[in-house]
Amino acid sequence: MKNGMKQIKHHLTEPLLVGYAAGTLPEAFNLVVATHITMCDTCRAALAEYEAVGGEVMLSSDPVDVAEDALAATMAMIDDGFEVAPVAPKRRDSASIFPGPLQDYIDGDIDNLKWRKVGGGVSQLVLKTSNDASVRLLRIPAGMAVPDHGHRGTELTLVLQGAFMDEDDRFDAGDVEVANQEMHHTPVAAGGIDCICLAASDAPLRFDGLIPRLAQRFIGI
Amino acid sequence: MYNCYYVSTTCVDQKKILLACDPVSDQRRNNFMLTEQSSFAKADAVSFVAPYGAVMKASTRKTGKQTVTAEEASKRMAWVVQINAVRDSKDRQAFAELFGYFAPRVKSFLMKSGASPDLAEECTQEVMATLWNKAHMFDPAKASVSTWIFTIARNRKIDLLRKQRRPEPEELTWGPEAEPDQADAMGLQQETEQLGQALATLPEEQRKLIERAYFGELSHSQIAAETGLPLGTIKSRIRLALDRLRHAMK
Repeated sequence: MKNGMKQIKHHLTEPLLVGYAAGTLPEAFNLVVATHITMCDTCRAALAEYEAVGGEVMLSSDPVDVAEDALAATMAMIDDGFEVAPVAPKRRDSASIFPGPLQDYIDGDIDNLKWRKVGGGVSQLVLKTSNDASVRLLRIPAGMAVPDHGHRGTELTLVLQGAFMDEDDRFDAGDVEVANQEMHHTPVAAGGIDCICLAASDAPLRFDGLIPRLAQRFIGI
Repeated sequence: MYNCYYVSTTCVDQKKILLACDPVSDQRRNNFMLTEQSSFAKADAVSFVAPYGAVMKASTRKTGKQTVTAEEASKRMAWVVQINAVRDSKDRQAFAELFGYFAPRVKSFLMKSGASPDLAEECTQEVMATLWNKAHMFDPAKASVSTWIFTIARNRKIDLLRKQRRPEPEELTWGPEAEPDQADAMGLQQETEQLGQALATLPEEQRKLIERAYFGELSHSQIAAETGLPLGTIKSRIRLALDRLRHAMK
């Protein structure tokens, strides 16, 4: 699961990397981006490029005068032992299937999380983030369909374990699908094990009907 | 005297700029290695940068375009030296010089990102205090000074302005031999300077588009709706350094 174990084919898009670099994405998206980058050296290096661009954008912006005593005030702050509190406790379990950034958002590992059934054999766990977007873990038994849903806004789906396929493509562990509102698809868990995904959306998931269509058996891989 | 704007405005051909900024130009590297005295604590083989405050002017050979970037790049290496001075000896003079240059630019970035002047001021001071505290974590072979300070500012922006938790990728564990390499460090600082120059040479409209994306005036979906940010050519300026990074991560 960790870097380098598998060739990742589906990467983050430029708008997401810019948004992460600039700090403009919803928290839910930042979580997917940080989790993918933990698994993907290509996107890690790409992010470094976008951060470098950000640094140059910052340098090229017209300087704004700071307060007259700004330096003295900063030195006083330093002398007083200023420290930025760590944003999250870093509990990292290298044996977990969940990469580090995700571990900070959940309590436990795959089999003792508080999964809730959403029908069609699929379970989900909604994670707590700022409410400008939402993010959830999805657990889809092998061979079962992800409930059919349309998209509004942007939806990111990062595979953590197993794989899923839609009409066009296959997504294995580490792959991230970036879907927009034009896309309608019916992904099916394709691996021999439960497919676990981290899915973020800046619009609520809209399931077509309360009871998702009965499981579409997916035969073969 | 040549300067980067002179080059950028007269040299419209992107390829020529790239050539002028060739990051692996041995000649330019030699300029550094031969003329400057290092303040790196661990300097062993090569010396390439003036102590802070003594940004070199006449020390490079006047070979047209190359002089320009060498001078600018030496400013970048001076920042590295200043951060190291903060790290190694809590050097307040070095810090004051970094503060003088970066604080007004950090504040500008924060205000353009939507912070009120008061909040931007407070946040800027915290960014600079964080620079002091985390100077030991700065690695000039992995990020340029401007990039590093930008990421600190970005992080404080999320904490203070947006009040969100901030998920971060797991750190890579680098091998024991991953001591900052001076040639890599210099290459990366230089290439970031070239990236900045390339940004400055973009047509106004394109540059504005990039700025709006970074200031949060364009959402990710608005960026996606554009045909893409005009970043391809300018990002190629730091590709060499980042290829080295990629290689190091394997």
